[in-house]
Amino acid sequence: MAAPQQQKLKVHGPVAVTANRLTDGVVVWRTPDHGWSVDLNDAAVVTTAPEAIALLAAAQQSDIEAVGAYVAPVLLDDGHVLPGNLRERIRVAGPTFELPR
Amino acid sequence: MYVYDEFDRAFLAERTAEFRDQVGRRLSGALSEDEFKPLRLMNGVYLQLHAYMLRIAIPYGTLSATQLRRMAHVARRYDRGYGHFTTRQNIQFNWISLQDLPDAMASLAEVGVHGIQTSGNCIRNVTTDQWAGATPEECDDPRIWAEILRQYSTLHPEFTYLPRKFKIAITAADKDRAAVKVHDVGLRLHRNEAGELGFEVLVGGGLGRTPFVGKSIRKFLPARHLLSYIEAIMRVYNQFGRRDNIYKARIKILVHEIGAETFAAAVEKEWEAIRDGALHLSDEIIADIRARFLYPAYETLADQPAELTEALKDPAFATWHRNSVTTHKQPGYAIVTVSLKPVGAPPGDATADQMEVVADLAERYGFNEIRVGHEQNLCLPNIAQKDLPALWRALEAAGLATPNVNLVNDIIACPGLDYCALANARAIPVAQEIAKRFADLEKARGVGRLHINISGCINACGHHHVGHIGILGVEKNGQEFYQITLGGRADEHAQLGTLLGPAVSYEQVPGLIEDVVDTYMELRSGPQELFVDTVARLGIEPFKERVYAAH
Ligand code: SF4
Repeated sequence: MAAPQQQKLKVHGPVAVTANRLTDGVVVWRTPDHGWSVDLNDAAVVTTAPEAIALLAAAQQSDIEAVGAYVAPVLLDDGHVLPGNLRERIRVAGPTFELPR
Repeated sequence: MYVYDEFDRAFLAERTAEFRDQVGRRLSGALSEDEFKPLRLMNGVYLQLHAYMLRIAIPYGTLSATQLRRMAHVARRYDRGYGHFTTRQNIQFNWISLQDLPDAMASLAEVGVHGIQTSGNCIRNVTTDQWAGATPEECDDPRIWAEILRQYSTLHPEFTYLPRKFKIAITAADKDRAAVKVHDVGLRLHRNEAGELGFEVLVGGGLGRTPFVGKSIRKFLPARHLLSYIEAIMRVYNQFGRRDNIYKARIKILVHEIGAETFAAAVEKEWEAIRDGALHLSDEIIADIRARFLYPAYETLADQPAELTEALKDPAFATWHRNSVTTHKQPGYAIVTVSLKPVGAPPGDATADQMEVVADLAERYGFNEIRVGHEQNLCLPNIAQKDLPALWRALEAAGLATPNVNLVNDIIACPGLDYCALANARAIPVAQEIAKRFADLEKARGVGRLHINISGCINACGHHHVGHIGILGVEKNGQEFYQITLGGRADEHAQLGTLLGPAVSYEQVPGLIEDVVDTYMELRSGPQELFVDTVARLGIEPFKERVYAAH
């Protein structure tokens, strides 16, 4: 499948901009103050395509902190921001099985 | 083992220093991601869902104890304490940070391993039979020829920017354990009637979006012409392979579109012009490469020593021995497969501790040698039969003696959506759940040889098309669904599986697989008829009727 970066942008409901931190690949979310946070609750959440495009464009201006930015679906639940699909749930919480130890 | 020379060592050290500099420039912002990405990929560094992944090639699946121990060190020091062995005889580390990558690479380079050409549109790690050099079934050690190809293809300037990646596999035994028919080029080493060594050359095999079984374009190529003939193939591909459409760029599409005969004619024409040139392999060159493979100093031993006979009275040992131990070319020795498929664990994963145990055992009992097979298991190719009981006890204590090799829970699975940025669906938890359904290994043994292969997307890293049962993850409306195929096989009779029916949900897969297996148990002509043979005899209809009626 094409990675989300390569897909046509569709916005149905709340979305946020996500990327991987340059130094270690950790998942980060674009914040309203043009920074990045590892906490999805800090993400800037928008609901229309023009807003999402603007948020993404700003995020892509610099790739020194985070790379591979794209727009991802999120859910709003009682003031919390949650990942909007399984891919994003796995990106936030890690693999769905116990890692070898 | 192949002994690397000073050239290899110096080259790897230089390459690591170069990558360290590139990482430094990326971190400082001097290189953009667009500039850096192709550089990191050339060194085997991918960015996955939640971390960088380092892919390290294990040339022709052969590792020394020192190399495996170093991999354990890298897993523990720079990663999360484990590594994942892949269907390409590679190992992947899933959690290394960019800052740590140069150190991890330098550490690996010290023992001669690296990630160069494990990504990109170049000739990738040449793979072969994990029993090479040890099995009585082969006409020659295929690793000699894989090593010749490795030296030839490493940093080959003409073939660094091919239309797409290019994978070559070699077998030297009639029983194909290297899946040569589903590679871009498959080489079957054999002797002709005059006793000369040569290759049958197959081209255009491959899995992925458009799977094909390779076509034979030459029945016998004298071995000394290997490089010139491969070069002719690469040139024809490089010239005519499509670059306008990534999905049509593999050699299999070219061979399919112009036909194997036309392709072969073009190769032969090209080859005529270069066959006796610089790539001709003289006896001296072949002898030199051959001499760099050091073979164990086997003792003169008899088969079935008293220690083994005594140990076989223990039913647990006897079960493992029947399942995981194979005949060696040398009397008194055996080939041991080390299952990396404990029931319920991620297929192909080994912890740093387990890697160290295997390295120690290889040192103690196995002439320092370890192999990696495309089925994602390890192998100790040179174990004295008298040492098998002690080896088994040590493997058992480390969780490495599950006697399920080639059984229904010896599942091949790609990383899938739990790691991979390209995935549609998960593969590992599907494998875990199916394996648990057959946790009773007595029952699994009753089912017999049955390969389940799972891929998390159409790229088919889990070789689902050639699984006896193939499982492919697809996405429908944001949900994971799975297509099931039956009757595929990756061996000398390679064929692609047939789609059973509509895709089913994640939750339905394990039950459906149980139904498929139950149906086979009812329909087989007897225990001697393997699953694939029953599917070949009856087709998929009886399975389809039964399975979809139940779901
Ligand atoms: S088959 Fe797809 S999901 Fe699995 S590892 Fe390959 S690219 Fe990733």
